[in-house]
Amino acid sequence: MVSMRKKTILVACGTGIATSTVVTEKILEAAKKENLDVNIIQCKVSEIKSYAEDADFIVTTTILKDSFGKKSINALPLITGIGEGQVLKEIIEEIKK
Amino acid sequence: MKLTEFFHKELIVTNLQANNKEEVFEVLFNKLLENGYVKESFLEGIKTREKNFPTGLLLNGNNVAIPHTDPEHVLKPAIAVATLSKPVVFKNMANPQEDVNVNIVFMIALNAAHSQVELLQRLVEMIQNGSLLEEILKAKGGDEVIKIIESYHTLKGVRKWLV
Repeated sequence: MVSMRKKTILVACGTGIATSTVVTEKILEAAKKENLDVNIIQCKVSEIKSYAEDADFIVTTTILKDSFGKKSINALPLITGIGEGQVLKEIIEEIKK
Repeated sequence: MKLTEFFHKELIVTNLQANNKEEVFEVLFNKLLENGYVKESFLEGIKTREKNFPTGLLLNGNNVAIPHTDPEHVLKPAIAVATLSKPVVFKNMANPQEDVNVNIVFMIALNAAHSQVELLQRLVEMIQNGSLLEEILKAKGGDEVIKIIESYHTLKGVRKWLV
């Protein structure tokens, strides 16, 4: 297996406790299936600024006004279930980069 | 964990006639307050959060909203439920400019960040299950809603939760 740097993902939602919790678990589950090890920082959207520097990319369930120069992926499909597979694929590809 | 530990018949209103989301918030907040689940400040927390980060979810069929706010306003975790006789307008979580006509509201009171993982996972599963939502909408009274959720829980069996 090609070794790659362990990625850090910032997972954010409005309160940092509800939808981001579900999204975090789904990312961990998907990463585990691919034998990928990741760091996840879960926070409120308003806290992204203070964590963005440490993150490789950002995953949110809301629209992000400023992603502080990082790639951001909208993960609301992981909550609604509509388009869930596509978003998980996109996240996994980003982890593998 | 039992999902039904967090759903209580006294926190469920079926066939609620409301003109807007604020009325739904008031009704569910009062249930949570009267039964000792949240503090007085919870309602303002819900309204502020909804304004900044709306919680309407556009689904296939019946749309749902999941208003919630910071743990500091919560005493005991619970989920209050309202089914609406006619939809009220929420803003879409995916796009705050977009309206979503919602007919089921799950008001989530969480008292500790990151702690109610399983509860949230199961709630999201329920939200994604169109026929379950349809059943909940048809229910008359909190007892029936609890029964539907309980039977769903049983059918799901002992699914193992990952990570």
